[in-house]
Amino acid sequence: MTTKLFGEPIPRREDPRLVTGRGRFLDDLGGRALAAAFVRSPHAHARVVDIDVAGALDVEGLVAVYTWDDLGGRVGEPLPLLIPHPALTHGRTGYPLARDVVRHVGEPVAMVVATDRYLAEDAADRILVGYEPLPPVVGIEAAAAADHLVHEDVPGNAGARLVQEVPGPDGLSAPAAIERAPHRLEFRLAIERSASMPLEGRGVYARWDADDESLRVYSSTQTSTSVRMAIAAKLDLPPAKVEVIAPDVGGGFGVKIVHPWPEEILVPWAARLLGREVKWTEDRREHFTSSAHERGQVHFVRVGFDDEGRILGLDVRFLHDHGAYTPYGIIVPIITSTQLLGPYKVGAYRVEFTSLYTNTVQVTPYRGAGRPQGVFCMERTMDRVAVHLGRDRTLVRAANLIQPGDFPYDQGLTFQDGRPLIYDSGDYPELLRMVKELIGWDDFGKAQTEAAVRGRRLGLGLACYVEGTGVGPYEGGHVEVDSSGRVHVSTGLTSQGQGHQTVFAQIAAAELGVPIEDIRVTTGDTRRFRYAVGTFASRAAVLSGNAIALACRALRDKALRIAADALEADPRDLEIEDGIVRIRGNPAASIPLRTVAVLSNPLRYAFDEEAARATQFAVGGSTDQPPVAEGEQPGLEGTQYYSPVRSTFAAGAHAAIVETDPDTAEVRVLRYAVVHDCGRLINPRIVEGQIHGGVAQGIGGALYERLIYDEHGQLLNASFMDFLMPYATEIPAIETAHLETPSPLNPLGVKGAGEAGVIPVSAVIAAAIEDAEGIRIEEMPISPDDLFRLRERARRAAGESSGAEAGEARPV
Amino acid sequence: MTEERLDVEMTVNGVPRGARVPARRLLSDFLRHDLGLTGTHVGCEHGVCGCCTVLLDGEPVRSCLMFAVGAAGHAVTTVEGLAAPGGSPSPVQRAFAECHALQCGFCTPGFLCTVTALLRDRPRPTDDEVMAGISGNLCRCTGYQNIVKAVHRASELMAEAE
Repeated sequence: MTTKLFGEPIPRREDPRLVTGRGRFLDDLGGRALAAAFVRSPHAHARVVDIDVAGALDVEGLVAVYTWDDLGGRVGEPLPLLIPHPALTHGRTGYPLARDVVRHVGEPVAMVVATDRYLAEDAADRILVGYEPLPPVVGIEAAAAADHLVHEDVPGNAGARLVQEVPGPDGLSAPAAIERAPHRLEFRLAIERSASMPLEGRGVYARWDADDESLRVYSSTQTSTSVRMAIAAKLDLPPAKVEVIAPDVGGGFGVKIVHPWPEEILVPWAARLLGREVKWTEDRREHFTSSAHERGQVHFVRVGFDDEGRILGLDVRFLHDHGAYTPYGIIVPIITSTQLLGPYKVGAYRVEFTSLYTNTVQVTPYRGAGRPQGVFCMERTMDRVAVHLGRDRTLVRAANLIQPGDFPYDQGLTFQDGRPLIYDSGDYPELLRMVKELIGWDDFGKAQTEAAVRGRRLGLGLACYVEGTGVGPYEGGHVEVDSSGRVHVSTGLTSQGQGHQTVFAQIAAAELGVPIEDIRVTTGDTRRFRYAVGTFASRAAVLSGNAIALACRALRDKALRIAADALEADPRDLEIEDGIVRIRGNPAASIPLRTVAVLSNPLRYAFDEEAARATQFAVGGSTDQPPVAEGEQPGLEGTQYYSPVRSTFAAGAHAAIVETDPDTAEVRVLRYAVVHDCGRLINPRIVEGQIHGGVAQGIGGALYERLIYDEHGQLLNASFMDFLMPYATEIPAIETAHLETPSPLNPLGVKGAGEAGVIPVSAVIAAAIEDAEGIRIEEMPISPDDLFRLRERARRAAGESSGAEAGEARPV
Repeated sequence: MTEERLDVEMTVNGVPRGARVPARRLLSDFLRHDLGLTGTHVGCEHGVCGCCTVLLDGEPVRSCLMFAVGAAGHAVTTVEGLAAPGGSPSPVQRAFAECHALQCGFCTPGFLCTVTALLRDRPRPTDDEVMAGISGNLCRCTGYQNIVKAVHRASELMAEAE
């Protein structure tokens, strides 16, 4: 029975704690800790002239104030550039506290520590910082114009420029293929900034043990192992003296993969210096102005195609806004430039991006990580080609799809992991067929016409995507069966709501043949597992899932060897079911795993009756052999790693029907359909949940969310009052269907599912609005205001009077 | 600068509780940090996300928009107080787990308090009533679909229990 757990939609094992208030999030810990608060720059670009802390000194409960001048050693150096790349010729990172120049509103300038947060903020308010304002650079096109510089030693504000080219089958370059193509189009597409915006912000809590000279740090992070290495390096501590734990994390969505944040260095540093526990919990405004954003890009697309809509050449240039610093390198634009191709063969391809500094919050991956922009480019291109040729949009896509027989399919590019972009498996025509069926593609025209008769405007849109998931380099899994029969599973990567305690337990239960109730899963705790990368890029199920499966398989083999000895049987005749090792066909001959665990550890000393069975006068066996056989280790436990040769590629197709209001230009999503292929499903309920949540974020990004900077670099909507995240009322019911093409690259055949939901949504909604309105949609998100203006512009272009019927807008 | 402190007493989850706190202490911080009831979460501190929703004399309120002194003498119910006295989870808590209506769990206590009050007033809510009832709480993980499902499921569980 237990072996069927893999693939079952079992309830989550996390939930009993979380629904009763027994979750432990960062700010739930450290009730007695001192509180840190930060003085942050109110200017987008300024020189720090002086810092006067005198006013703060008489605040009751003040413990310390720190500025850059107080930071010694490596703590005072710039933060690490996490992912260097040869094309990132001008990578820059900030200091934990501003040294001379601040480059975005919200950059930390001074840290205050006090006996509670209220008092720390009182003191922070009384610190006077003198600034000499410098001209701010705001907006991608202003950055490219480079009238002013964000970093005076970065000419043209350009941090990186990268070109990748794949010639067509005939050897032609993309520009040449486009020139020779029967049809050509050229257009601009833009996506604005949004942000991950987890409901729990960042936070750090540090305890220094002066007797042991060791540090324990809790951080609301997506990578506790890497935070640990960073803190050890910055504070010049042996890594063995630093432990980092990610407690319950209230959402991440990408932003918490960045590390070390200034606060992740400064809070432990202050805890050691003061010999006191110190905690900092980010507030919402800080999260808006001091963490990270994503999505802002402007793309220039040129495409050449034949009469069937087959793309012969595609040439994309785009500008990426990476904000003030580049701690995460150029991962986001690399992903856009490679994943843009989606499930299609495009003949010749050329892509070039320039990554630009602006005086705004830094840009690092947000769920989807550059893919939403790439898919927006590709899918808007498909729609443009279809309209140009007067062909059905799905036929143009079908004409370009990679076929099931083409795998492994090499796109000829280098992916974000430095490895070739080779798709491992999939069935894209089937995805397209399924989503057409789910949304009722072929019958929609009739419904649209009927609605139009009643004055209603309906539109249908569709988009396909391929998502590289499960990027390396590796993750590991440790499994141990204790003498009570409990199975302890741990992995180094962290959890932010993905249900890892459930799915990893499902894997272990299925692999070991033990009841899931006996399994306990730990993630993100470096006391339990020290080598790991982190949770991002839809990689946890692929990397840690497979590592845990491999660790379970090795442990199972060992258990069978030991049990075979005890039962005087051949290990090949044994099976494990419900935690008991049995001889197949002879249920009477059996031994529980807990006893195997006891026997695996030859003892001199007994601590209970069970252990007594493993002591030296109790065990039988040969006296010629060592108690621990050669090549074996004591204990029923083991660690295995899974390190994939390259990513595995999930895929999907989404379609939506929207209605636009003829008067108010409001957009309502009437139906939303998702067909998704992430290989074998471990827990379908959890995968569905990931898709629902991703689509909701996608709809937020398509219709509501944007980060609005004024020309001074002030973020005008840094609150939940003004940054419009969708409530339940904005999100439609999402219809889903699954296709399962297992990955041939990993033992479980799984692919990642975490980001898929969000990826194509802007492309789908733009296509649906375009279909409803007959107005070209080239920039997302789109608000009712934006749509209203587009209608006005279309009217003027059509030479109509402003009072004309809006319904007469022309097809594109 | 020494801040005046006041004795603030209220009934929390049926138990009289109190602490000596400054007048500006938010109810959310009072519950979390003075009383140690950390199940109530703080997501925005400006009354929009609803993570900090608790029941004040049975009605949902944003505990980040209230001072603790303002709740003195009143009865507050937090997520820790939703389960039956024996500790068995309430129908709303059970339904949320059963329907996968939570992922990271950070917004969940606010939803649970909101929905508990909603179903007390509307034991068999329509879809529109459910939507209106939960439309003041943000969730960044679930896309809400399973939360809507959980509200209906909780309503069923309550009816079955009667």
